[in-house]
Amino acid sequence: MHIAIASGKGGTGKTTLAVNLAVHAARSGHPTVLADCDVEEPNAHLFMPGEPVMTLTHSLPVPAVDKAKCLGDSCRKCVEECRFKALTWMKGVMAFSELCHGCGLCMMICPSGAITETTRPVGTVEIRTPQLPVPAGASAGAAALTLVSGRMRISEAMAPPLIREVKQQAHAVSVGTPNGLTFWDSPPGTSCPMISTVENADYSVLVTEPTPFGLHDLRLAVETLHTLGRPFGVVINRDGMGDGRVREYLDRHRIPLLGTVPHSPQAAQAVSSGRLLIDAVDGMTGCFDRLLHTVLRHAHNAAQHGQEKTA
Amino acid sequence: MKEIIVISGKGGTGKTSVTAALAATGPVKVLADCDVDAADLHLILQPEVRRTVDFYAGQLASVDPLLCIGCGSCADHCRFDAVTVAADGKWQIRPEFCEGCAVCLHVCPAQAVTMNDRKCGQWFVSDTRHGVMVHAALGIGQENSGKLVTTVRRESAAMAHKEGAQVLLTDGPPGIGCPVIACMSNADMALLVTEPSVSALHDLERAVQLARHFSLPCACVLNKSDVHRQTADEVRAFCLEHKVPVLAELPYDTAVTQAQLQGRSITETDPDRWRPVFENLWTTMLDMLENPAPRAETHIPVMQRVAG
Repeated sequence: MHIAIASGKGGTGKTTLAVNLAVHAARSGHPTVLADCDVEEPNAHLFMPGEPVMTLTHSLPVPAVDKAKCLGDSCRKCVEECRFKALTWMKGVMAFSELCHGCGLCMMICPSGAITETTRPVGTVEIRTPQLPVPAGASAGAAALTLVSGRMRISEAMAPPLIREVKQQAHAVSVGTPNGLTFWDSPPGTSCPMISTVENADYSVLVTEPTPFGLHDLRLAVETLHTLGRPFGVVINRDGMGDGRVREYLDRHRIPLLGTVPHSPQAAQAVSSGRLLIDAVDGMTGCFDRLLHTVLRHAHNAAQHGQEKTA
Repeated sequence: MKEIIVISGKGGTGKTSVTAALAATGPVKVLADCDVDAADLHLILQPEVRRTVDFYAGQLASVDPLLCIGCGSCADHCRFDAVTVAADGKWQIRPEFCEGCAVCLHVCPAQAVTMNDRKCGQWFVSDTRHGVMVHAALGIGQENSGKLVTTVRRESAAMAHKEGAQVLLTDGPPGIGCPVIACMSNADMALLVTEPSVSALHDLERAVQLARHFSLPCACVLNKSDVHRQTADEVRAFCLEHKVPVLAELPYDTAVTQAQLQGRSITETDPDRWRPVFENLWTTMLDMLENPAPRAETHIPVMQRVAG
């Protein structure tokens, strides 16, 4: 089961929700993988002890031009056909790898085989296996938790290729695990980085806050998931800080409200200092237990519904 | 004319609330909202749109089902997973994933693929009570947010020249990827809005690294400064070490949310308390813009600390 945690607006509590849900799920016996897909600003590891057990570099294919084989001025086919202006003519073909999307067109159309592919590093994928303290009184039988985080190279512009790699690595960890859960912590917004995260989730949880900014960006995220045709529900974080317009909106559009996390100074302080809400704030374990069950119920229903539709 | 971009790395630290408060104070200015895929500044500034322009960037492939022979060569060669098979065995493009590279056009043996200019959103020139504003809306599921940011910046700079504005104030997007990079080129100063949390500090570090990569002078506003004392000290220590002057520290205040609910900025809902703070912030920023070289390299202590 793959569950994406997303939002339109930044700072609504995606990572807070993702880390608390993931740790609680592992403690409840689900082998859990948390994939931090916010590769521009990964934060989930700040809430988990431990250094990476593995760090992999991820690269994109970019062109390398062999000047000896290049037909030169009479051809210029690659320069004319590259849609991203990653190849230009300056007394020879010059490759600007930062602009390259790695589509492979230039290599495919070069009549003289002068273009081969080299790589441009886009960032790293870090894998951690955090050993979390089991709270007193918890039932034994906690399952394994793995954190897979992407970290985009500073000045790299394109996040989606690294996001897909993070999801791939998370999949490699979780594949074949019965009863396993994978959470994808999405970047904010509604453009390509967010879409690359939620596109193939079994279910998405949109996190919002009850403010005008929260509502406005929630609407955009809802439209995006409608466009993609993916099932989702909403969690209101910092419930009580603003007004009732988000609830009215959810009612009017019959969007499921999966749960709420109350607004409190204790919660703000715990998150600020990198602690888990379920460990630092009274009542939060119960809150996240209910939330996990509701999310899983909706996700299973959506999966069943999806299968019926295909059948 | 000087351009100040307000960014943060992490979302939700208060970029837009600070931008709105700055919009209501300081010199004559033009405003730009470059958070094009989740723009919020208009919720406070309530712009009256004067001009709407469709934004086209890049291309989108499409497969003519009448010509498609169902060979699947397009899908085999597409590196973005943007081609999928329909129930009738014909292939079709998933627009959310198509990057417009035209590989499918080149490999299709039946000439069934065409490339069309892609409408990715709209941009607007509007009047607000604080001056002209240029803003945009990226279409749902569309690409090219970086190019739309570049368009908003180009148009807002032109507007600023036309209006004789001293400053262009730009609300930026979160993160450090393509829309943020598009925001930074040729800007004069980055105002980084942060908060005392481990996440915001981590993201501030990456945003400062990116700004330095583009040789952009940085200054910081520590928002919600009283939420966590120890982490606030860590933010101050980071700023001291990296010579990022902290121009203001603002306490957590429910007045910010209350102002947002009314569609106003705190400099408007409680001018006695907040106007002097933001006028001071403007004075410091304008001073930094006038004398960039010495300021960028020397540390300025925390300029003003507002008690909660």
